[in-house]
Amino acid sequence: MNETFAKPELVCPAGTPAALRTAVDAGADAVYCGLANETNARNFAGLNFTPQALEQSIAYAHDRGAKVLLAVNSFATSPRAQLWFDAVDLAARLRADAVIVADIGVASYAVSRYPGLRLHLSVQAGASSPEAIRYYCEEFGISRVVLPRILTVPEIDAIHREIPCEIEAFVFGNIGMMAEGRCSLTNYVTGVSTNMNGVCSPASDVRYVEHSDGSTAATLGDFEIDCYAAEEKTGYPTICKGRYMRPGREEPYYAFEEPVSLNLSALLPDLVRAGVSALKIEGRQRSRSYVHSVVSAYRRAVDDVAAGRTPDLSTLAMLTEGGKQTQGAYATKKWR
Amino acid sequence: MNSERRDGPRATGSIVGTVSVPHLIGRLMRPLPLFPIQPILGRIVREVACKRPELFERLGPHVRSAFVIDVNELPFVLLLKPDPAAPGLSALRRGPSVRGDATIRGPFMDLFRVVDGRGDSDALFFSRDINIGGDTEAAVCLRNALDDLDGSIVEDIAAMGGPLFAPLRMVVSRLRALEERT
Repeated sequence: MNETFAKPELVCPAGTPAALRTAVDAGADAVYCGLANETNARNFAGLNFTPQALEQSIAYAHDRGAKVLLAVNSFATSPRAQLWFDAVDLAARLRADAVIVADIGVASYAVSRYPGLRLHLSVQAGASSPEAIRYYCEEFGISRVVLPRILTVPEIDAIHREIPCEIEAFVFGNIGMMAEGRCSLTNYVTGVSTNMNGVCSPASDVRYVEHSDGSTAATLGDFEIDCYAAEEKTGYPTICKGRYMRPGREEPYYAFEEPVSLNLSALLPDLVRAGVSALKIEGRQRSRSYVHSVVSAYRRAVDDVAAGRTPDLSTLAMLTEGGKQTQGAYATKKWR
Repeated sequence: MNSERRDGPRATGSIVGTVSVPHLIGRLMRPLPLFPIQPILGRIVREVACKRPELFERLGPHVRSAFVIDVNELPFVLLLKPDPAAPGLSALRRGPSVRGDATIRGPFMDLFRVVDGRGDSDALFFSRDINIGGDTEAAVCLRNALDDLDGSIVEDIAAMGGPLFAPLRMVVSRLRALEERT
């Protein structure tokens, strides 16, 4: 492997200021984070940034040559839209390097109020065709699109040739529903969703109940969504990754998708060839230990790929959800 | 392409064969009364609360919750009440009378790593090494509060002065050395 590449930007997650500093120190080119409210898609208990913490974190990153991208990527609803606009105002005031948006109302507000503010289109927007992406670019001045995890590498290559903005692609971490940005499964059980409230399966509705045989049931609201045998690995307690009984089946099965993590370490050269200029690691809800491990490993891998060396990311398998990893739709549409 | 994970070596604090430092400590403590430990635990939680007020912010609505920390190898459980007005940490014998809002249970070395900021609690949860019960949100808030600390509480404890903490410093130092070797 002697081919060399332009080095893509490594975009890393941070759920806390400590995680942000960890990511920067581990070699992140950019860190994305959110405020401690419903304006972003990881609105989890005890997570995220106050305005003051964000200001200090941006200073820390900028002093070390790293960027901070503020996720304001849930969907604003009337009459609460001001909360999202306030987040955009804050990002502009604190000189965040970009705001990640999904809602066209939020994007419209940002581009009209702050024409110099860089906007990235969130994966939550689900823009997966050149026509959709070009529309966002023309109407809202989007500089980068985060592609949904439903496209193969050749499809990304084809899109790249037809759009005027940068492409960011997820390369590691939790892999969500195939129709991204429009999941309302937890609304059915808990009344909130990632897209509208920034939280999927809020911890306040999750319970783990141990049984005498050593198994553990995971419940969300009034529903049991999985039951793990004593030695069985678990995943996130979300409806989409639960196992369910149905008539005609003797055993519970994954009706939507399995707990599995995306890991595209082997596809990095292909992604860069396809025009991906930013590689995104998922996991704002994960610990700083995880952030350190994954960012360090991907930093080495990106540098190896750029220099024409073969990257080694074998250690990352230990950090995957459910102990399983996949290349998802990037490798084949039949990945399940 | 779905592939099962390949586990690497995991630190268990092993010193000779199957005997580990945590097991050894647990065995040595089993016949002892708990009252000598209580003042040490009380001082730990008071000093940490004083030095780390930011912990309370991330605990949010669970700042007055009670957390049962159940370390597999120890002959007792810890009851943590992070209430900023009266922080408490005490040792209790296991039994139905021990009640908390959330329970966090796991092997000593795994919990040590998490508190020390070196362990990935989600991965330990996925692998079932660490289990949580009761109020999941309270447990998640505690995890996030600990995870946002600069340095670690273990360092804070190791830095505490006084004759009571000299053996504790030695144990912490030994455990970290074991962890780094594995």
